[in-house]
Parts: sequence; structure tokens; C-alpha cells
Amino acid sequence: MNLAVAITTVVVVALAAIGFGPALVRRARRRLHARRAEPPPPRYDPGRERRAERGARELMRSIVSPEEYEMYVELGFMSVNVADGRYAYLVYPHRPILAYDVETGELLSEYCVVFPDRTEPALGERLPDADDVLAKWMSLRGSERELIAVANMHMPGRQIDPAQARRDLARLREWRRVRPHRAPA
Amino acid sequence: MRLVRMKPGHGDVLLAEGDPDVAVDEERLVAEFRRQLELGMQAAVPVGNGLRPEARLVRDFSEVPRDAERVVFFPPAAGG
Repeated sequence: MNLAVAITTVVVVALAAIGFGPALVRRARRRLHARRAEPPPPRYDPGRERRAERGARELMRSIVSPEEYEMYVELGFMSVNVADGRYAYLVYPHRPILAYDVETGELLSEYCVVFPDRTEPALGERLPDADDVLAKWMSLRGSERELIAVANMHMPGRQIDPAQARRDLARLREWRRVRPHRAPA
Repeated sequence: MRLVRMKPGHGDVLLAEGDPDVAVDEERLVAEFRRQLELGMQAAVPVGNGLRPEARLVRDFSEVPRDAERVVFFPPAAGG
């Protein structure tokens, strides 16, 4: 009995090795090759990132309105108006854009969109924060429909906490209320 | 006219500069413009005045206004 089980096991193992062995070896080789071909992840350099953000802010300052630039620097996000004045977008760096009703402040939709730069893997794919916001600004102002068509649309709350967004809208209202009384930056 | 590009780890990078009314400059600007589009970049021209600035997305150098100061290249948008 024991001999029969042992022989059956040997036969099954031999057949499995013949049937699946070459495929398993190929898969293992592919995996090993892919691991070798992957470029090393970019090393984070805080100094380089700070300089990049400074440069990106200069570019942003030279393109958007003074109010939009100050809003980004002081609040960390930008409210971007579009042709249809009934709604606007809250634009955060490296986060979805959030449509809201200008009149009521109601959050309308969240649009997940990214601008990955894959041309130089050694530098990573992530634009500096100000560049990411500016890319969204240019896309919304240049062709809102195209950007929205590419984005993945969700109900508010998928990635951005609605309570945080409402607090940001309140901060924005307060910021706009006091801004005219301040000296320009 | 200056062609600049957003880049990870850099901020903006100057790619080419020249007067599009000068033939040799225009040739260089057109070549760089095409190269960026071939890399998959989008191109936008900032337009409008300081209080109501706008951006125009362009897909060919002929769409860039002759008096544009800058063309900004940035990666294409993708659903996140």
C-alpha cells in the first residue's frame, strides 16, 4: 500500500515537473530580469526639492493672477474660476481637484487627475507642488472639458475629506475678506 | 520667445529661446517644440493681462501667437 502511494507521488511530481517546470523557470527568469532592469528609486533630496519648488513658484507667479499666487502661497491651494461662473475648483498640489458651488459652497465632485513625468525616471515622476497646481490651472483655463474628460470623477469625499474642504472654503472666504486691506505681496 | 518645461526635481527648465521672426531662431524653436510633443508633453501659452490671465493649449507651433513670450510644456494629464 505504502509502496503504491510512494510510486503515485513520484509519478505525479515527475509529471508536474515536466508539465509546469519550463513555465515556472521562464517566469522566475522574467521576474529576475525585470528586477535587474528597474532603475533605482530616485533618492529624495530635500535641498533639490526646495529649489525646485522655489523655481516652480516663480513660474507660477509670472503666469497666474497676483490673487491666485498669493492664495497658493498663503493657503496652500488655489481656487480656480472657469468660464461658467457658477462653480469653481479647489486645486491642491498632488491631490484631486474639487468642484464647488460658488454661491452656496456646496461640494459638487472630486476629479482625480495626475501629471506624471516619466521621461527621466532618475528624477522621479512627481512635479514640484507649484508646478502641479500650475499644470492644473493651465489645463482648466486652457481646456476644462479635456481635463475633466481625462480625470476620474467621484463624489466628494473619496480622497479629500469634505470637512477639510469646507474649512478651506471658510479660510478662503476670510482670506478674501481681509485681502483688499493688505499691502500687495 | 522662450520655451520652458516643468520638470521633477528642477522647477522650470529653459529649453530654447529666440525670435520667431528670425529664420534660424524659428527653426530651432520649432524643432524643440516638436521634440517636446514627441516626448508626450502638452504645450500651453500664457495669455491675457495680469488681472485675468488665461492659458491656451496648443498642438502645433503655428498655433503659438508670434508675440507670445513663453510656451510652457508639462506632462499630459492622466486619471488618478
